[in-house]
Amino acid sequence: MAHSHESNTKRIWIVLIYLTILTTVEVALGIVKPDWLHLHGLGTSWLNWIFIILTLVKAYFIAWAFMHLEGEKKWFRRSVVWTAVFLISYLLFIVLIEGGYLHDTLKPLVKW
Amino acid sequence: MEANIAVNSDNKETWGGGNAKPFGASYGKMMMWFFILSDALTFSGFLAAYGLTRFKFIDSWPIADEVFTHFPGLHGVHAPMYYVALMTFILIVSSVTMVLAVDAGHQMKQKKVAWYMFATIIFGIIFVGSQAWEWKNFINGSYGAVKTTENKILQFVKADEHGKYHQIALADFVHTQRTDGREQHIPENGLWFEKEATISQYSVAQVQEAFKNDPSLLIRTEKVIPETKQKDVLNREDSLTKLAMANQVVEGANLHVNEYGNPIFADFFFFITGFHGFHVFSGIIINIIIFFNVILGTYERRGHYEMVEKVGLYWHFVDLVWVFVFTFFYLV
Repeated sequence: MAHSHESNTKRIWIVLIYLTILTTVEVALGIVKPDWLHLHGLGTSWLNWIFIILTLVKAYFIAWAFMHLEGEKKWFRRSVVWTAVFLISYLLFIVLIEGGYLHDTLKPLVKW
Repeated sequence: MEANIAVNSDNKETWGGGNAKPFGASYGKMMMWFFILSDALTFSGFLAAYGLTRFKFIDSWPIADEVFTHFPGLHGVHAPMYYVALMTFILIVSSVTMVLAVDAGHQMKQKKVAWYMFATIIFGIIFVGSQAWEWKNFINGSYGAVKTTENKILQFVKADEHGKYHQIALADFVHTQRTDGREQHIPENGLWFEKEATISQYSVAQVQEAFKNDPSLLIRTEKVIPETKQKDVLNREDSLTKLAMANQVVEGANLHVNEYGNPIFADFFFFITGFHGFHVFSGIIINIIIFFNVILGTYERRGHYEMVEKVGLYWHFVDLVWVFVFTFFYLV
């Protein structure tokens, strides 16, 4: 509890500024949707990659600064973060691949 | 050996671990974290299911920009994303006031904690209200569409002077009275013990007739053209052929049918934003309880504000989930 009595106000405001900038960038890109980012990319569009990475960065700031994970004991933090990251990655890997398979299988059967 | 023998001890804390704090965290805080972890997995399950469905219908999924286009006070203005961006910002600010309350709690400043908690509650209420407004727009719909016998949604578009297609509302081109004499069934005009779901404002025949009379109108299908990532707009002849297959006028959205496209799109929207909204709602209730405890001086007497920290964790988690919901429903 070394931190308990010092104030982290400055850090909080700085993180708010980061989160605001990140959200603004996301929204601006979402409205403009530049063709070179929107129509090309690896697997999905570059734009989607940017959105996902910026989202993870935002999640990092919220969890580390606001939820104060940065002040918790290392293995407490890991017991939460690693569990979530491992299980969610696994779930997404299985489920998204399955979604792609469903699409490929059903596509010839759908009449437009 | 000692470890295996139950020694009668006056120190009743021994079995509970005494004052040892695993991971240096209190029991309550640790369990809040593990609850949040399990809740995070629940939300991931929902979002993964949404992802699976999107991949399954990757060539016909509705485009968010064409669905969420409202901003309060701007009627008829195409304003995608702005409102939900504002909502996101409001929730982030409420997270900031929450963490400031926790910070003030560490310094035992009762008044400051109370004010920051109050601000958090207000921002939370604004957010839930915004979400309700978003739902209202989604349920009422803005343009209307028809559904064909193949269970596909057809929307109506018109080209502007630059050749760009814009969706046009049924009310903008259907000007006749309905001819089939169909009326909404209410207790006053029918069987008092029977109910009927809201019927559409126009009949299918009326829409088809009006469409035939205005050669500038075209049909937009659900299909996405991979090269442009835009919905496919049919030529006039194909439009007329497709429209002849219509068997239902769709206005807005419910769990069975919606004017935006695939029914499961609306189902996921209602389910995931609803589940998140329910979390925000319960967060507000818990925040209110803690707010009153702060005012009553409960934590001042207890000597620490850890309860504020714990509800703070929950509140931040709600914000964290929204960040992902925002990305996957509105951006990607």
